[in-house]
Amino acid sequence: MAVVTVERKPLTLWERTYLPNIAAGLATTFKRMVKPVETLEYPEVRPEIPKGYRGVPTLVYDPNGREKCVSCQLCEFVCPPKAIRITPGEIPTEDPNAHVEKRPQEFKIDMLRCIYCGMCQEVCPEEAIWLQQQYSMTGYTREEMVNDKKRLYELGGTLPDEHFKWDKKKAAEQAAAHGGAHH
Amino acid sequence: MFDFYFELPLWLRLVLQGTAVILVLFPLAAACSMAERKVSAWIQGRPGPNRTIAPFLTWIPGIQIFQKLGLFQLAADGGKFTFKEDPIPGHVNKFYFVLAPIASMIPALTTVAFVPFGAYFTQLADGTIQALPIALTNLDVGLLAVFALGSLGVYSLILAGWASNSKYPFLGGVRASAQLISYELSMTLSVLPVFLWVNAPGMPGTLSLFDVVQTQSQPGFWGGMWYVFLMPVSAFIFLVALFAETNRQPFDMPESEADLVGGFHTEYGAFKWSLFFVAEYAHMIVGSGIFCLLFLGGWNPLPWVPLQTVTDLIGITGNPLLSGLLAITLFLGKVGFFIFFFMWVRWTLPRFRYDQVMKLGWQKLLPLSIANLIVYALVIAWLETR
Repeated sequence: MAVVTVERKPLTLWERTYLPNIAAGLATTFKRMVKPVETLEYPEVRPEIPKGYRGVPTLVYDPNGREKCVSCQLCEFVCPPKAIRITPGEIPTEDPNAHVEKRPQEFKIDMLRCIYCGMCQEVCPEEAIWLQQQYSMTGYTREEMVNDKKRLYELGGTLPDEHFKWDKKKAAEQAAAHGGAHH
Repeated sequence: MFDFYFELPLWLRLVLQGTAVILVLFPLAAACSMAERKVSAWIQGRPGPNRTIAPFLTWIPGIQIFQKLGLFQLAADGGKFTFKEDPIPGHVNKFYFVLAPIASMIPALTTVAFVPFGAYFTQLADGTIQALPIALTNLDVGLLAVFALGSLGVYSLILAGWASNSKYPFLGGVRASAQLISYELSMTLSVLPVFLWVNAPGMPGTLSLFDVVQTQSQPGFWGGMWYVFLMPVSAFIFLVALFAETNRQPFDMPESEADLVGGFHTEYGAFKWSLFFVAEYAHMIVGSGIFCLLFLGGWNPLPWVPLQTVTDLIGITGNPLLSGLLAITLFLGKVGFFIFFFMWVRWTLPRFRYDQVMKLGWQKLLPLSIANLIVYALVIAWLETR
């Protein structure tokens, strides 16, 4: 690339008094002063959280209201700071979701240990654990900072599902059982 | 209506007047610290302190305006500074350490005695209307007295720096004294042309600030002209020197929190620390007042529009109370603008280096002010002998 030598002009006497630049600086600050302030007054005004933000990990329901977690404990094993503790439990046979077989009896995430890495979300085969928009976790005691299952579902809510894999499985099983009568 | 006041003994009247002025100046200087925080916040795109409010006042409608302006924050700060523990470090010279903040208040509150903040009109027996100053004292040596007392303010800084008995305050005190000496010269020289213009040869001379304003309130093109138009270089030098004298940015060498921790007040805290700052703001108020009196026509509303034109227009010339209040309002408005200007400059310009401050003072401003004085002396001499 060709070297372009830019001629450095000597300052004129007027410029060397600093006055034009001081006046320009004063104009800049004055313009800034009459503009509206940019501060969000935090507790009253909350920032808009962008889509895809990875905040507090939560558990979600599918659109039919079934809890998606099947307590496979993959997130518990992958969690680098060991923040997740799951007690698996079986789904009783009279439950409409009995074909899913398992769900967590208790699911605890210790937010004092959690590092918001998102590996639990990445590893989850059921898309049941999501890092969502909640960014502010506070509490007065260590116990308060442990999110139990109830709190996790409160935070998580319902997310749309594309697969409905357990419904498909149930339908397939029923079809197979139905078709099997012919054999 | 107010005759009972003039029947009081003179000493009581003077005490009342003095107390009234101090009771206005002291809170005004404290309020400047809040104004400083608000102006800095607005310049930086922040709202500034706007939350504090006394809980038992929240029911008053419209009080949120004062809350947003940080007025209660000011009260809370004042209360904190007054009541918090005020430790005296073990290594300081205790007597002078305590004396310094007190000494800083004395010149700050004394100089205001010589500043006229308004004028009112009375009708003499022969029907002519005479303007009288509203001031604690209208000395013939007004400006000289202000300079003499105002420059004492630096003693408190030197005293604080020396009594703190540690390195950074000491450096701050040294810088304060050097800076004051450097800029005091150009400041004094810059106002001399004004008084050459005011005083005619062979007539009784005056250094009274009231008379300076009166010469800017005369009819005619030259009579009604403010001296900032007549002597812009003088006004500029005076303003720059005023920034340096009051230790404001970009000349706050004695503090220089970046390189001297806090300068002269490093070892101070609580009420003593706040006294230094009230004194600094009081100096700013008095300094801005003097600038307005000398160069901006004091209480005259506009150039070529003296106060009396306005009072004649709305018919309050004969009323000393109303015309006096109008004059004080106009004067305080100008002073308020200059207080804002001080803050505006502070949040715009970076600080000069110490050697740059010295170079600017001795090599630029001093020769400029001497040249300015010589030019005006020659021009005025030519005009007088023509």
